[in-house]
Amino acid sequence: MALGTVWVFAELSQDRAATGALELLTKARSLGAADVEAVCFGPGAGDAVAELGRHGATTVRLSTDPAFAELLLGGPAADTLAAAVAEHRPDLILFAATHTGRDVAGRLAAKLDVPVIANGLDIEAGEAITVTTAIFGATQVVRTEFGARRPALALFRPKSFPAAVAPGAVAPRVVEVPAVIRECHRRARVVDRSVEIAAGPKLEEAEVVVSGGRGIQNAGNFELLREVAELLHGAVGASRAVVDAGWVPYSLQVGQTGKTVKPAVYIACGISGAMQHTVGMRGAQKIVAINKDPQAPIFKLADLGIVGDALIVLRQLRDELRSRPG
Amino acid sequence: MNVVVCVKLVPDPDSVGQLDATTHRLRRDLAEPVLDPGDEFGVEAGLRLVEAHGGEVRVVSMGPERALDAVRKALAMGAARGVLVTDDDLGGSDALTTAKVLAAAIGREPFDVVITATESTDGYTGIVPQALAELLDVPAVTFATGVVSDGTALTVTRQTESGSETILAGLPCVLSVTAGVNEPRYPSLRGIMGAKSKPMDRWTLADLGLGGVGGAGAGQTVVSVTTSEERRAGEVVTDDGDGAHRIVLLLARARVI
Repeated sequence: MALGTVWVFAELSQDRAATGALELLTKARSLGAADVEAVCFGPGAGDAVAELGRHGATTVRLSTDPAFAELLLGGPAADTLAAAVAEHRPDLILFAATHTGRDVAGRLAAKLDVPVIANGLDIEAGEAITVTTAIFGATQVVRTEFGARRPALALFRPKSFPAAVAPGAVAPRVVEVPAVIRECHRRARVVDRSVEIAAGPKLEEAEVVVSGGRGIQNAGNFELLREVAELLHGAVGASRAVVDAGWVPYSLQVGQTGKTVKPAVYIACGISGAMQHTVGMRGAQKIVAINKDPQAPIFKLADLGIVGDALIVLRQLRDELRSRPG
Repeated sequence: MNVVVCVKLVPDPDSVGQLDATTHRLRRDLAEPVLDPGDEFGVEAGLRLVEAHGGEVRVVSMGPERALDAVRKALAMGAARGVLVTDDDLGGSDALTTAKVLAAAIGREPFDVVITATESTDGYTGIVPQALAELLDVPAVTFATGVVSDGTALTVTRQTESGSETILAGLPCVLSVTAGVNEPRYPSLRGIMGAKSKPMDRWTLADLGLGGVGGAGAGQTVVSVTTSEERRAGEVVTDDGDGAHRIVLLLARARVI
């Protein structure tokens, strides 16, 4: 069965198309679909059109209704998408596996009673649509085929696909989608929003990531990781345990529910290596682990494992890097 | 305030999971099952709401008979009563099926807040709370890191991709909480003893009027499970004061310094 139209649910990040949307559009172009379109909701959606088009969307369906910024996005976005799906019948809708992507895809699946596959890493479309996921800390790879119900919904982890501009892309057609805002969703309003601005290179793009877990002992000791990361022109990461403890913001979280990083060198400090974490960093070229517990699972992945106190080793590392010439 | 907390029995997260080679389902016989550690934060959040505003916490779970242990632990922490939906047809259920079953069980009584974790520790699709909210036709305030209430609405701080948001949510709603939202209490001995006499229901799919929603009804089929290429462990050394220097040598070989 030939693949009809594929939609990419494009999130906005500070009024620009989020990187995840550009990655998904790039992949969608390779699936042999009849058409690739982007769907984008938010007051800044118009500003994202050109970028979505350059990455392969022939049509951008958008709503700039202010409600998409004033309310929790999930409910209104799922309702608006459902109405558009009924009219245009796409075969497949791709989402980034972000907080917002989950909020929208989870609701839409229930609303349309269609199957949804989360945590995708790859997708193929032939006779059937097949999504690859990794489970148990990416130690096993599962391929799952969608049944006949359409649209099929799939969420993909960040960095599953490279984002690339489509050769010969022309300016996309822009179609306004009527926003569907039901009364029950007006009950959940965003009253404040704050954006963490990190210094130095972005975590996902850094060549070196210095990441901390419970073994760092307290929030104050993260300053040491920042110092080492700065000396290496790298970025600081963290395990979910310390993000949940409130030591560092969520934007630093590496792992299943956080970011996926593939740096040249990943230095895991006081991180035991739970599957939740390793799924986000096992793609690093070289992994260094420092942990007091010689049995810590992180050592099974490490190119260099150091059994010791992460804080002592980091202080020595900082001092040695500082004393290096140039 | 009527609070429902969804809980799940999962294989101990500290053990390594495995899928059955023929059925492609999670092997639940390999690790000691426990109440999902992520759910303890939901139970605690629910208890704090009813302690401040009255009402009771009802615990809802779906799973095999053994999942009664997870419900019992929540009762020992202080929840008032529990229900387990258990049915042979539910083996291999996907996220949407799970949401349908939970929604049917929850919707039998009025509720103000339904609390879940952000994802289960074993399946971690992370979409059940949202699907559940859609089926219950209420907003879903997800990834909460802080919750306060005046009894008529919730003020929730939540994680976002780029920072945080504060949400003012009227009731009823679904709330998914992260592990940082509170410090869950330990069940007291009195709580553990008392849990045995608290009301506990067991429902089947037929009791809920749900037929054909289980594994066989899923709209997706696992076609293969393979072991991914292993990263090989390298050198592991005990730090004798030269650990930092070894890292510097590796950084130099990787040409990042």
